[in-house]
Amino acid sequence: MTAQLARTLSSVAVAALTAACASYSEIPIETPIRPTMDVSAFQRVLVAGFISGGTDDVDGNLETTRLLRSQLRTKSGLRVIDSDALPLMEVASEGRTAAGAAGQAPATPKDEKEMDLYSGVFANVEYWKKIGEEYQQPLIVTGTVLFTPHQRNSIVQREEEVYDSFGRRRVVPVRTYMERKGFVLTPKFIFIDGRTGTVMHSQSAREEILYNANQATPALSSYFELMDRVLPSFLSALSSQKVKGTRVLLQ
Amino acid sequence: MWMKALVFAVALGSVPGLALADARNDAKEQVKFGIAVAQRGLWREAIYRWERAAKLDPTYAAAHNNLAIAYEHEGELDKARGAYEKAMELEPDNALIKQNYELFREINDRTTRKDAQ
Repeated sequence: MTAQLARTLSSVAVAALTAACASYSEIPIETPIRPTMDVSAFQRVLVAGFISGGTDDVDGNLETTRLLRSQLRTKSGLRVIDSDALPLMEVASEGRTAAGAAGQAPATPKDEKEMDLYSGVFANVEYWKKIGEEYQQPLIVTGTVLFTPHQRNSIVQREEEVYDSFGRRRVVPVRTYMERKGFVLTPKFIFIDGRTGTVMHSQSAREEILYNANQATPALSSYFELMDRVLPSFLSALSSQKVKGTRVLLQ
Repeated sequence: MWMKALVFAVALGSVPGLALADARNDAKEQVKFGIAVAQRGLWREAIYRWERAAKLDPTYAAAHNNLAIAYEHEGELDKARGAYEKAMELEPDNALIKQNYELFREINDRTTRKDAQ
């Protein structure tokens, strides 16, 4: 009798467990994100160039212009205009001189404060209107890119091999305080209406990457790694994107 | 005679309970069907089923959770937020609903970034 009761109870438990397991299921979803801006009035986009600063190891203007053009070609419905990147640093410096601004702006801005000295060029409506007319009034993408070396001491977890008294090998996590080096990328994307020369939208980001101090990672590959993180948000400003994910359906 | 009266009274007392159980069972059927069609990619039909389930039994958290997922998939983010919040309100300790909601918020916040003008 006791055995029968135990069998019954265990089968009920198994059934309950099965029911509990079957009461949810994972499902892949794709969330469409509507673009932040309405770019339906434009058929063409001009990635005009960027004011870049920070390290000299990467030409932020050239690399950002190239990268955004290739991304827009494949991931937006706009026709990308091929042209040389505009010499925005020169234009900004001329603008500052003409406006009688105090102090000279550095040749290469090293931080955000120095970068701000050049930002007046984006508010120069006449200049952008002229560029717009030259390229048949496209959507203009420009902005600033600051890519600076960075170092920080922090706690890092790594795995270490240890052997016990019987000679058995084990891998244990060890936390170490160490110096790490890397880069910080601070881009600001500015979208200008090529018909009016006015700023339609702007968005900023900040991404950083750190490596062990003895690891030699080329600056250019760090730049691309960081830009990779920023690109989805840049693209979602002017074209609809789909974010893939998984959710749990319940019963 | 008193026996008949007792049976009648018991039956009458259990009617609201039965109605509630029926509503939950009907809602469960709708939810189950909704899951089957969502797994085949028929999200509009799934939304219809889960909306019915939520109407039949407004206290059924699973219906609101699933509805939120479907709205999210269709890009109706405001509706998704509302449905997730309802599901959380009904079952605040449900880790799966919480997890879904956190993932949703991550995407939703991306579309309303503070640094954008």
